[in-house]
Amino acid sequence: MLSIKNLQARIEEKEILKGINLDIKPGEVHAIMGPNGSGKSTLASVLAGRTAYEVTGGTVSFLGKDLLELAPEDRSREGLFLAFQYPIEIPGVSTTNFIKTAVNEARKYHGEEPLDAVQFLKKMKEKMKLVNIDQSLLSRSLNEGFSGGEKKRNEIFQMAMLEPKMSILDETDSGLDIDALRIVAEGVNKLRDGKRSFLVITHYQRLLDYIVPDHVHVLYKGRIVKSGGKELALELEEKGYDFIKEELGESVEA
Amino acid sequence: MADLKELIQTKYKSELFNGNGSLQALSQKGIQLFTEQGIPTVKHEEWKYTRISSVLNKEFSYAAATTAVTKADVDAIRLPGYETANELVFINGIYHPELSVIHSGADALLVQPLSEAVKGPYKNIIDKNLGHSANYHADGINAMNNAFAYQGIFIAVLKNKELQHPLYCYYINDARTASVLSQPRTLIHVGVNAKVYLVEEEITLGTSDSFINRVSEVVVEENANVHIYKIQNEDSHSSCVKTTHVRQLGVSKVNSVTITLNGGIIRNNLNFILEAPGCESNMYGLYCVKGNTHVDNHTVVDNQQPNSLSNELYKGIIDENANGVFNGKIFVRQDAQKTNAYQSNKNVLLSDTATVNTKPQLEIFADDVKCSHGCTIGKLDEDALFYLRARGVGEKAAKALLLHAFAGEILEKIELESIRSYADAIISERLGFEI
Repeated sequence: MLSIKNLQARIEEKEILKGINLDIKPGEVHAIMGPNGSGKSTLASVLAGRTAYEVTGGTVSFLGKDLLELAPEDRSREGLFLAFQYPIEIPGVSTTNFIKTAVNEARKYHGEEPLDAVQFLKKMKEKMKLVNIDQSLLSRSLNEGFSGGEKKRNEIFQMAMLEPKMSILDETDSGLDIDALRIVAEGVNKLRDGKRSFLVITHYQRLLDYIVPDHVHVLYKGRIVKSGGKELALELEEKGYDFIKEELGESVEA
Repeated sequence: MADLKELIQTKYKSELFNGNGSLQALSQKGIQLFTEQGIPTVKHEEWKYTRISSVLNKEFSYAAATTAVTKADVDAIRLPGYETANELVFINGIYHPELSVIHSGADALLVQPLSEAVKGPYKNIIDKNLGHSANYHADGINAMNNAFAYQGIFIAVLKNKELQHPLYCYYINDARTASVLSQPRTLIHVGVNAKVYLVEEEITLGTSDSFINRVSEVVVEENANVHIYKIQNEDSHSSCVKTTHVRQLGVSKVNSVTITLNGGIIRNNLNFILEAPGCESNMYGLYCVKGNTHVDNHTVVDNQQPNSLSNELYKGIIDENANGVFNGKIFVRQDAQKTNAYQSNKNVLLSDTATVNTKPQLEIFADDVKCSHGCTIGKLDEDALFYLRARGVGEKAAKALLLHAFAGEILEKIELESIRSYADAIISERLGFEI
């Protein structure tokens, strides 16, 4: 599904990703963990196509296509979804209108007829249930004045509407209390169907109690330094990131 | 410029107004000031960014009365919702009753030449209010209109009447055979407890140069409610200076929305004089311009009494070589304690050659007031754009969506649905927005 080879990227003059290798197969859930500043969010942004980052080396292939050659909107239409760590507030654009435009632009891209009002509403109702989101929220301006939990639920709702093949969740757990976390995780789990893949980026292990990964990777200083099964996340939770540093032979501050 | 001076003076002499009283006095004062001052240059502080002389040094004929405009011509330019509107048609600055349509009864709406109305029961109101705008515009442009103000129209919305039919005013310049300069003038009295929606549009027929120097003075009595919507969407050969001067004499509420969608040089003067305690004034503006259009919104809010609220929001989307100017002056006089006065000007520049000059001016003489002002000039929010694109919305559509939302904050202030959708449709098309 997604194959990342020796990916390197920088923002302005700062080298952030220093050679990432990652292979995600259909139906797999991968988690990327790592301390602050390790490059987790940069990886998500580069995959989604944010222009502030410059890719300086490596390749990314998504469903056989060169992902890095695609515009952000085409990556989305091909089936890649990024749930933002900080969803943007956009006054004057309702979620309903926006997601309708997004869904239909993707359909147009694939040569399909746009959904009419009735079909769209039906689909929306179905997906609203999935993440337990209220109609009134979706009629309001996109994310404007939403609580942290509402914003994240809206991200998962949009994910459900767009039915991506590969979803990247960028620190979706940040700023969420345990109830909101559970709702968001349940939404994600309902979308797992053995074909869709997920890349869950998180600082803490607790999200992985709810979204159980097949593989866990530790990102540190722009490289994946350790990979393992879901038990790696527990080990990290228990020992902190220092044990990674020790393994790498770095001195640990007292 | 000599040509224009001569043109105005010759016209003045040929039509020398032989009335008496306030109309005569205003006319004389006007021609005097105009002769002294001429057309303001960019050295004039209030005209620093708007070189109005670049329009007025062209050759114009002063709008002669014309019968060349037919009902069919007017049909072609009527605004949506006209079926139920009172429509006042001005051709080359002069009111034409035979082309106008009045639905409201005489017990609710009065439309009369100023020269007649000044002889009737409204004499006092006319004497006190006509020419009041000159106190705020001591320049040759305002004076030039004053010189011919006696040709203007008096409009009264009678007390206790909520006008069911909005008042549409079309200021048409017939530039099909020659360049035309015209100077429409209105004085509008909105009585106690009255309510009116006023919609005004400048329109040029033909492709010769057109200049409209319009002054509208609006007097708002106690508990009245007035909505003033102005729309302009013209070609580059059409320029205008329009002055809307609102006096709120009693506790009242006035909303103004000024939409500018292209033209040559467009100067919108808007004055709110809050002469009673507890007034509310809302001033909204949207300029969505391209080409070489130059739009200058000059606003004044003069808070003279306590407890008033004025709220001002102007937004601009400026593309290609267009220029935007915003100048917002707020006075809070010594007696105007507990005034709340807010002002904001936000601009999005879509090209490297688009420009904007924005200047807030606050002069506060009272000590217990809340005032704020702010302005922004920028490009579209890159983060917002990326967010939309990352969800599969194409770059062009994402930009259109954001710009339409930006404009929407002003459009939604237009309460007349037909006018709002009309403006929205033009803007949506301009921005390539479709939902």
